[in-house]
Amino acid sequence: MTTLEFDSVTKVYHVRGAGQMKALDDVSFTLSSGQTIGLVGQSGSGKSTIAKILTQLETPTSGEIRLDGTPIPRRGKGLRDYRQQLRMVFQDPFASLNPYHSIRHHVERPLRLDNVVPKKEVEDEVRRLLDRVRLDPDSVIDRRPHELSGGQRQRVAIARALASRPRLLVADEPVSMLDVSIRMGVLNLLADLQREEGLGVLYITHDLATARHFSDEILVLNQGKVVESGTADDVILRPQNPYTQELRAASPDPESHFASAPGLSGGAR
Amino acid sequence: MTTTATIRMARTEDPTPNTFWARLGSAFAMFRNAKSITGLAILGFFVLIAIFADVLAPFSPTQVDNTARFQPPSAEHWLGTTHIGEDVLSQVIFGTRGVIVVGFLAAILATVIAIVVGVVSGYVRGWKSEGLSALTNVFLVIPGLPLIIIVASMFEEPPLVLIAAVLGITGWAWGARVLRAQTMSLRNRDFIQAARANGEPLRRIITVEMLPNLMALIAASFVGTVTAAILGLTTLSYIGVIPVNTYNWGTILNWASAQGAFRQNQWWWYLPPGLCIAAIGVALSLINFGIDEYVNPRLRSAGERARAMKKKGLNVNDAVTVVRSVEVPATRREARE
Amino acid sequence: MTAVEPQLPVETPDALEVGTTATTAVKGRSRIPWRFLGSRALFYLFTLWAAITINFFLPRLMKGDAVDQYLARNRNVTPEAADALRALLGIDTDKSIWQQYIDYWGLMLRGDLGVSLLHGLRPVGEVISGALPWTVGLVGFATIISFLIGTIGGAVIGWRRGSRSEVMIPITTFLSTIPYFWLGLLAIALFSVNLKWFPIGKAYGVGYSPEFTPEFIGQVIHHGTLPAVTIIIASLGGWMLGMRNMMLTVLDEDYITVAQAKGMPNSRVLWRYAARNAVLPQIQSFALSIGFIVGGTIVMEMVFSYPGVGKLLLDATNGKDYALMQGVFLVITLSVLVANILADIAYAFLDPRTRQTEA
Repeated sequence: MTTLEFDSVTKVYHVRGAGQMKALDDVSFTLSSGQTIGLVGQSGSGKSTIAKILTQLETPTSGEIRLDGTPIPRRGKGLRDYRQQLRMVFQDPFASLNPYHSIRHHVERPLRLDNVVPKKEVEDEVRRLLDRVRLDPDSVIDRRPHELSGGQRQRVAIARALASRPRLLVADEPVSMLDVSIRMGVLNLLADLQREEGLGVLYITHDLATARHFSDEILVLNQGKVVESGTADDVILRPQNPYTQELRAASPDPESHFASAPGLSGGAR
Repeated sequence: MTTTATIRMARTEDPTPNTFWARLGSAFAMFRNAKSITGLAILGFFVLIAIFADVLAPFSPTQVDNTARFQPPSAEHWLGTTHIGEDVLSQVIFGTRGVIVVGFLAAILATVIAIVVGVVSGYVRGWKSEGLSALTNVFLVIPGLPLIIIVASMFEEPPLVLIAAVLGITGWAWGARVLRAQTMSLRNRDFIQAARANGEPLRRIITVEMLPNLMALIAASFVGTVTAAILGLTTLSYIGVIPVNTYNWGTILNWASAQGAFRQNQWWWYLPPGLCIAAIGVALSLINFGIDEYVNPRLRSAGERARAMKKKGLNVNDAVTVVRSVEVPATRREARE
Repeated sequence: MTAVEPQLPVETPDALEVGTTATTAVKGRSRIPWRFLGSRALFYLFTLWAAITINFFLPRLMKGDAVDQYLARNRNVTPEAADALRALLGIDTDKSIWQQYIDYWGLMLRGDLGVSLLHGLRPVGEVISGALPWTVGLVGFATIISFLIGTIGGAVIGWRRGSRSEVMIPITTFLSTIPYFWLGLLAIALFSVNLKWFPIGKAYGVGYSPEFTPEFIGQVIHHGTLPAVTIIIASLGGWMLGMRNMMLTVLDEDYITVAQAKGMPNSRVLWRYAARNAVLPQIQSFALSIGFIVGGTIVMEMVFSYPGVGKLLLDATNGKDYALMQGVFLVITLSVLVANILADIAYAFLDPRTRQTEA
């Protein structure tokens, strides 16, 4: 079992002309393989910053990140090993793939970089990965990203993330830019993969409903601080923090009566 | 009655095969429109003339014939003769060489510098980036032509390569600035972040991931620099800063002007070289227009859309679109009752 | 006068790099964007230093004998002037390079640019200030006219996309790619030699001296028309193309559709919304093209024998008057810097985003 500890991390950005901006304030959590943690918050709450720090695209101002008890190295072989263990699926399917290269290139690169399989087997492995994300390898492998739909692109991004056989996956709002009708398909795929591979998944989202559906635990983030945490049901059904309660109230609930909503009673009868 | 919707897979054409020629073809997609092709054709015409000048020119450009001075075009001399009986056509043909060689050499040098400075300063952060940017801006602000004039005047007989080098060194700044801006915007794109997160080494990120996306800009910058170098060379030759032992269209005009061709209406002498410069300039501009439209599709479609609307009697600038007719399906009407 | 530069998607200016998702909008309090102007001022000081340093090294890179014989050829120079020339050009001296550099800066700060040998040993500064107004007047006037016509024309053509006015673009672009000196020579051949409408060259008639009489001013206008018109025709294409392309991009934006849907009259949408936003990159490219304009002026002055700084430079180069060459180069560079500063100030005030980063 692999454990990632995010320990008291603070991140401060310096903005030219506007002073400092605290994106994260003393955030802590633990992610283990085989578990899904939902990270919930509105835009600007710091969710993406956590993702960037986890993938080492940014470094924390203070605090520590440990993988299986040892702090993450900043460079060298240790960093490469860490990078192989934790991969990310980005939010924007239109931007996370290089428009110039084929799908084969995108899934191949991590395989080659980390020597996951011997050279002869790379092509087969690419096809196997595409098949795992329920894409037809033959029709997709030679295409460019702009020839695929948003949902297909996101599946390719997942295949790319899984190529290096990581133990941990960060999914940064993986479906918020997809059509509503295909979101569940992609999320179900992620859930299946998590179960079959025993991955630890950090599911970042602003959508409470899917967070509850797919996560074991939920963290609520507000302006860089963790304001509530607990099991998914506890946080969603019995929120303690006023911010969480507001979030819940703001989510549309299809089970409430139309008539009880103010202003709507004058409409069609 | 229920309405059903069928979600069909979007029908796409067969994927581009992964062969070398197919990929090369799509790399040059920016050139596959009418404007670029026309421009490339004209440019190719001049390049061929430069290469085969020995075979094409009827006379040697320096062949003096004192019996046939200042002659208008005739069967023997298609473009007439100069003040000492040299054949103008041959001079123009041989003049193509200097223009093409200097133009391309200078542009290659300038573009290489621009790529190195521009992409590096766009990718790195902090004082290294700012420093390179300041260097670029300095070269951009300091006026090029006066500098070239002064530098060229220091040498008695500057070789073509030196002239190309000086033109290249004064001309890289514009491209570097544009490339820096584009690299900075590319750097924050998710697919670059993904490559970094996957541990791609820096040199691969720049060469394999970024450069292909910068190709259109690099091509446009290259073409623009060729234009500037050719104009610079011919202008400097006309001014006389570059000595007249090298033959290019500018030196021909220098002689023509010095011998009073403009005052004596010897149009066969001064029109062809100028027209050739203009023709190459137009060709290069066309290529750049083609690249512009490829990079910025709004330029391409705006005119087409407006014309299509005009055919239907609509003005693209109208605030209100007239709705001609509305069909309401029978099922809906029933549902409302 | 300029080669048609690639019309590429506009990039944001450096001052606007904000790298985070700031959740609060920061309201600018002051109208003067000090930070932006401050960083630009720093840049210009650096460029000024670079230009003066380049100027310092230019004569020292030339072949030793030519420069050394400079003073030997001219015996009538006063001792003070000779000292200044030695410091400027680095001739005939045992001082170290660093010491020469310091002496050179001393001269610069005193405004002493040496004496000109081609012009009867008059101070270089005086010679240049005699020629500068001609250049600035003619070229400045022509450039502003060209900018205005090109920008307004480009806005109208962009607005009326797909119409027949589009044909202006290829025409003006063609005129821009013609080498300027050829255009000027053709203009002389046609209008001066054949039609005899305009004089062949110079700023005013032979035998006259500058004075503020209507007759003299009439001469200036008569002589200056052909050069000015050729400059305008040659540079029109660049402005028009740039503005038209920006208009097309801006007109695609949603806020234009909203303005039209609100019922705003078309002329207002065109001028106060679309053109106002499209003109910002134009001002930036105006600033950048100043360097090219300077280059073009040298050619124009040679073709028309116009007594400006360009002709001064060419005469100095041919006559090996090194002090004058150095001085003219410095003045040209300074003018370009000043013009860039003015354009930056105009841009800073016009673009509300630069004001917004002040908090």
